[in-house]
Amino acid sequence: MKNLLRAALTAVVCLSLVFSCTALADSQPVTDQVVNVFNWEDYIAPEVLTIFEEETGIHVNYMCFTTNEDMIVQVEANPGAFDLCFPSDYIIQRMIAKDMLAEINFDNVPNAIQTMDHLLNPSYDPENKYSIPYMWGTVGILYDASRLPEPDRSWSILWDEQYQSSIFMMDSIRDSFGVTLKYLGQSVNCTDIPSLFAARDRLIDQKQLGVVKAYQVDETKDKMVAGEGLLAVMWSGDAMYAIDLNENLDYFVPREGSNVWVDGAVIPKTTKNKENAEKFINFLCRPDIAAMNWNYIWYSTPNKGAIAIIESEYEYDYTSNHVLNPSDETLATCEFFQDISDDFLSVYEALWMDVKNTK
Amino acid sequence: MISSVALPWWAMVCMGAGLAAFIAMLVISIKRNHGVKRSLFASPYALWMIIFTVLPVILISYYAFTDSNGAFTLDNFKNFWDSHYEANKVIAAEAERLGVDYSQYIVRGTVNVDTLVYSLWMAFQCTVICLLLGYPAALFMADRKMKLGSTLVVLFIIPMWMNFLLRTIAWMSLLEDSGLINSFLRWLGFDSVQLMYTSGTVLLGMVYNFLPFMVFPIYTVLNKMDYRLSEAAADLGCNSWQTLYKVTMPLSIPGVISGITMVFMPSVTTFFIPRILGGSYTMMFGDLIESKFLTEGNWNAGSALSLIMMLLILVSLSILRKADPNGEGGGIA
Repeated sequence: MKNLLRAALTAVVCLSLVFSCTALADSQPVTDQVVNVFNWEDYIAPEVLTIFEEETGIHVNYMCFTTNEDMIVQVEANPGAFDLCFPSDYIIQRMIAKDMLAEINFDNVPNAIQTMDHLLNPSYDPENKYSIPYMWGTVGILYDASRLPEPDRSWSILWDEQYQSSIFMMDSIRDSFGVTLKYLGQSVNCTDIPSLFAARDRLIDQKQLGVVKAYQVDETKDKMVAGEGLLAVMWSGDAMYAIDLNENLDYFVPREGSNVWVDGAVIPKTTKNKENAEKFINFLCRPDIAAMNWNYIWYSTPNKGAIAIIESEYEYDYTSNHVLNPSDETLATCEFFQDISDDFLSVYEALWMDVKNTK
Repeated sequence: MISSVALPWWAMVCMGAGLAAFIAMLVISIKRNHGVKRSLFASPYALWMIIFTVLPVILISYYAFTDSNGAFTLDNFKNFWDSHYEANKVIAAEAERLGVDYSQYIVRGTVNVDTLVYSLWMAFQCTVICLLLGYPAALFMADRKMKLGSTLVVLFIIPMWMNFLLRTIAWMSLLEDSGLINSFLRWLGFDSVQLMYTSGTVLLGMVYNFLPFMVFPIYTVLNKMDYRLSEAAADLGCNSWQTLYKVTMPLSIPGVISGITMVFMPSVTTFFIPRILGGSYTMMFGDLIESKFLTEGNWNAGSALSLIMMLLILVSLSILRKADPNGEGGGIA
């Protein structure tokens, strides 16, 4: 009898655990005074949220994700839980293809006119119906100008044998292949099998030449600040961080062109607070708020009005900063990532693993 | 994360059945042993085990044998053998679509098998080095005549108060080009040496992190050993080497087995150390699994690799168990 009781008790505990979890997930208030925002970690100035709540009376439920893939899984699995997300360009394209996004009513987002022209009608959202850019940047090379005053501004510098064990590559499939494909004169979105194998062979060559110091992502910027490397493939946002801490560092986008990336605001189709989400987007596009976010994140802002405020109020020379504000000629050579189908991505993954497996 | 992934009904049924079976086993074992009161103490741990050990293993097995749509498949294991398995399908389809010959691009990818072999080799080296370093240390610590023994024990324990990630990162500031060792070398007028990002650095990090797991089981066994046995051996004419070889060593085997297990297991599954100290230059199996889950977002392939690894550990444990059937070294093997 006692045993039966215990078994029953265990079952009850288990069940109640399960149910309390589901209950928690359902307990979000469904009123029009809420907006559920799902953003990258550490990707908004904290005071922005308070100002929005004070001005509109709308409560912001702020949640964070660390990878695009995780974000998509969460949005799919919890319909209605998120009113606003900030995926990267190619993920926006994937979400549009999966019919996950609601069209933004631009009548509710008048501040959208602040968006820079070159970020309008991008290839990932050709008619600009579903997304508004939040932050953007390029991929380029961060280098130590004190030891390398006149670098050859080409991706080929990453294959130069004289830089033994001094180059940090990105431990990131699309970025490493994108760079190599550009070097070989291809698109960063190449799906031509022979070209991809050629890119893989170049990456293997590079490893066997002994120029690569390490394959890293998050650690590289601090290593470059400490003077551990000569050259590093890097996102412009991270480059800004590194240059700020070590004035010997500088950044360029190689002449063959590169990848330009955007994190945009989108509204999932399952939203229950679409108008609040649009209010929030409009708020983020307000020049003073965009400037505030820039001052916290230090990535390039897509907001024309914000740049004026950054220069006047924050007294920062944004326009002449070539990291934040690349020239039109540079941008003309850059491409957005296109979403590559899961099937085809397996080719990229297999080839990258071959590179990693090279001793 | 797991709660948010929609599982098909039959997977839920499987999990439910697993749970029910486990509870039933628990109940039966309680009945058989008539140890009702004593086994009651085990119930919090049993519940913990169900939620954090049994259910995850069931989930991993589920993912390992299904594809991204949840249909049964063995592709994940074929993927282990041939890392180009999925890619080759796409390449073949492309060749057909374009009407060209891509047969030169259809090759077997060996990264998974190579990485597993490399991990086993690294783990083997790490275990041997730990044993060579750890056994004398344990002998010294357990020696009753050594006043410093207990101090040494404390010195071994103190670093373990700090998280191993921090300790590993601390190694970085010693070994870097701008680190302490190289700064010192430059100060002496030598050229700096590349100490970071080699497989030797990874091995160093592993030995450093896992050495206490070798020392302490051996120390425990040696400490419990009846010292009169070695005195008797000396009385009967053994010199100190013979005493060590004929008496102490055989008696310490359970501790050695335990130590080997406790070093070898985490060594095979090491990740993060190769990334931090090895610069991801060469991957270990743990890194491979991590990249399947986090970089590629391919839970199915990642689960298959995890399952293969668990199987390997199980096999090596059962081999080791043969060497210490009574579990005298703490019964870890």
